[in-house]
Amino acid sequence: MTRAHPYRPLHLAAEIAPGAVGTRAAADAVALARIGEEAGLDFLTHDDSFSRPGLDALAVLSRVAPATRSIGLVPTVTTTHTEPFHVQAAVATLDWVSRGRAGWRVEVSRGAAEAALFGRRAAPPTAALWQEAGEVAEVARRLWDSWEDDAEIRDVPTGRFIDRDKLHHVDFQGSVFSVKGPSIVPRPPQGHPVVVVDATRPEARETAARHADVALIRAASPEEAAGLRAELHRAARAHGRDPELLRVLLSVPAGLPGLPGHSDPSGHSDPFGHSGPSGDSDLADPAALAERIAAWHGGGAVDGLHLVPADPARDLPRFAAGTVAALRGRGLFRTAYAGTTLRDHLGLPRPVSQYAPKGADA
Amino acid sequence: MTESRPARKQIHLAAHFPGVNSTTVWADPRSGSQIDFSSFEHLARTAERGLFDFFFLAEGLRLREHAGRVHDLDVVGRPESITVLNALAAVTDRLGLAATVNATFNEPYELARRLASLDHLSGGRAAWNVVTSSDAFTGENFRRGGFLDRADRYTRAAEALATVRELWDSWPAGGERRRFAHDGPQFRIEGEVTVERPPQGHPVVIQAGDSAEGREFAASAADVIFSRHSEPEAGRAFYADVKGRLARYGRRPEELKILPAVTYVLGDTEAEARERAALISRQQVSPQNAILTLEQVWGRDLSAYDPDGPFPETDPDPESTLVQGRVRVADPFAVAARWRALSEAKGLSIRETVIEATGRHSFVGTPASVAAALEEHVATGAADGFILVPHLTPGGLDDFVDRVVPLLQERGVFRTEYTGTTLRSHLGLPAPVWKAGTP
Repeated sequence: MTRAHPYRPLHLAAEIAPGAVGTRAAADAVALARIGEEAGLDFLTHDDSFSRPGLDALAVLSRVAPATRSIGLVPTVTTTHTEPFHVQAAVATLDWVSRGRAGWRVEVSRGAAEAALFGRRAAPPTAALWQEAGEVAEVARRLWDSWEDDAEIRDVPTGRFIDRDKLHHVDFQGSVFSVKGPSIVPRPPQGHPVVVVDATRPEARETAARHADVALIRAASPEEAAGLRAELHRAARAHGRDPELLRVLLSVPAGLPGLPGHSDPSGHSDPFGHSGPSGDSDLADPAALAERIAAWHGGGAVDGLHLVPADPARDLPRFAAGTVAALRGRGLFRTAYAGTTLRDHLGLPRPVSQYAPKGADA
Repeated sequence: MTESRPARKQIHLAAHFPGVNSTTVWADPRSGSQIDFSSFEHLARTAERGLFDFFFLAEGLRLREHAGRVHDLDVVGRPESITVLNALAAVTDRLGLAATVNATFNEPYELARRLASLDHLSGGRAAWNVVTSSDAFTGENFRRGGFLDRADRYTRAAEALATVRELWDSWPAGGERRRFAHDGPQFRIEGEVTVERPPQGHPVVIQAGDSAEGREFAASAADVIFSRHSEPEAGRAFYADVKGRLARYGRRPEELKILPAVTYVLGDTEAEARERAALISRQQVSPQNAILTLEQVWGRDLSAYDPDGPFPETDPDPESTLVQGRVRVADPFAVAARWRALSEAKGLSIRETVIEATGRHSFVGTPASVAAALEEHVATGAADGFILVPHLTPGGLDDFVDRVVPLLQERGVFRTEYTGTTLRSHLGLPAPVWKAGTP
């Protein structure tokens, strides 16, 4: 938790989409989450899109929340065709039902096919979508802050449930939308649920540097990863942020040998196996994968790893039993959760509301 | 004592999470958090222990304001409904899970997807209370603003619901996903859904509008009506009116359940129950809330008045914008005249008048007399059941489930176990007809 600590903890996360498209989705997701939690992972992501079969990701992870105790839960929620006010309320509510374990992977909806599902507007170019996604992240933070932590007073003598001086209109004016506020949901347990941005696409990098608590990158070598991490840190600093509060995780597609791995739309080769001479994927040799994670992390290239299994039900148990166990054996990964919130796991402090009087304590 | 009687009409019961209004008493030592998940879990588990049909959540899209400031006298703040219900699906097995979701500030594609997801994740227990907004005040929180004309509310609600059902039908379970295309005055959309048809076929649809259009919409398309008519006589008139509208849509009376929202107070004796009811009313109408309630009708700043003093002489301002985010009082002059008459006739102060006029509990008595009254209500065609609105979070239903439910079961008017797994089965609703898509 102390930022000056010389030891830089390793962070591990995994993707669990796509889930079942029907009623089996609940049991499947709970089973995977328990495996991830047993392994002590920081968080699980659940990808989502309006164009791929699957249930609403935030819904699935809300269903998982009461069935788990510690693991962070990070659904993808898109910002292009949704209402920013609903997005922030749903993520804040996931934080409440998980008692402080929510995150949100910000994503955009590209293309005419998804726009036609809503019929509200044509999809702008990708750069504009990410600009808007940044604004949604910005207004979400403002709305999460729009209730100060001590706004609820229950003061019987004056008959007041809240101190309304501690609730704030956010009066956000974005380039394409505006929101009045305050939020309908009291400030979530973490203050700000964790914002995750996949910074693989160059268009998303600026939004990641400015808004993300966790940035996901892809890189073919430790040098490339270190370069991307430094670039994100520089850009974060340029936005007035403390780069020490930005975690950069390497997204790694993974599968079993002899089976096709996760296809990588960015065109990056996979540093952890797929591009290797054997064509085997990384999970074939859990100890070797642990070795590589340790080397990349120890060398300062990344803060951790985000595993994207080709088949989560098959690959996640193997990752947990092999690679995570090896990392734990070497003392490089937590053997138990020390904190209770996702921010705790990531070593990120709970932010003070931007509307709190200056000098107020967290 | 019941065995020789013919089968009695069964009562349906639902639980309403205490709302952000003065019915909910927060200034009581037993009052817990309105936002912690444990409160929702307690109330939902209690409802399931009581074998209720469903658990109901209202929706908030903008905090209510009074004179340009956030209203501070009632409970404020609540979670987003569908997300909480998905979490509750993990801690309940049979209880229906009903979300109020606005059809003005959501599009059919996301409504269909989120409600289908809830239905899958709960194994067929989802319900959607369809509401709309036309006020620019709420619209200020949304991209699309408050464009909707008041007269178009049901046009939009009806087309949204029909479209959502088309989407639910576009991917039969285990079958082929088909493209949908809807081209109507409100929505012009096409594509494919990402979720298979929900386990219930269509999640249960609830409707709460009371106007003629609202009743007609419910008769044409809803499975359940959330009714405000808890009084027996008004209840019977409403019940007969709405059920009478069903035939023209080819529907039978039992295909639409009418459930009024009701409050209750129990005591070991009738006198004790009445005493408790009076105490709760005084908690609900605090001195500050009495003035505020008056201001909501009058539309004027009445803060200079003493809540324990006489009634104001001034008349309501019909053009007032003092109150935002609440349903407007339809005829403030009539309400003001009625209340003034009440105050004068009984010599009541402002607060006493407000308590007398608004602080009525639907059912007050011993568990036995309340059980009898509930049965009577249903047997005489005033309702098919009730949505119970407790005044305390989260323990407000405990005594009802412990003391009244067993008596209803003894009377043979309430289930002694769940016989089905879906909300449709609890409500005795037929499976929806599968409709082939348009293209």
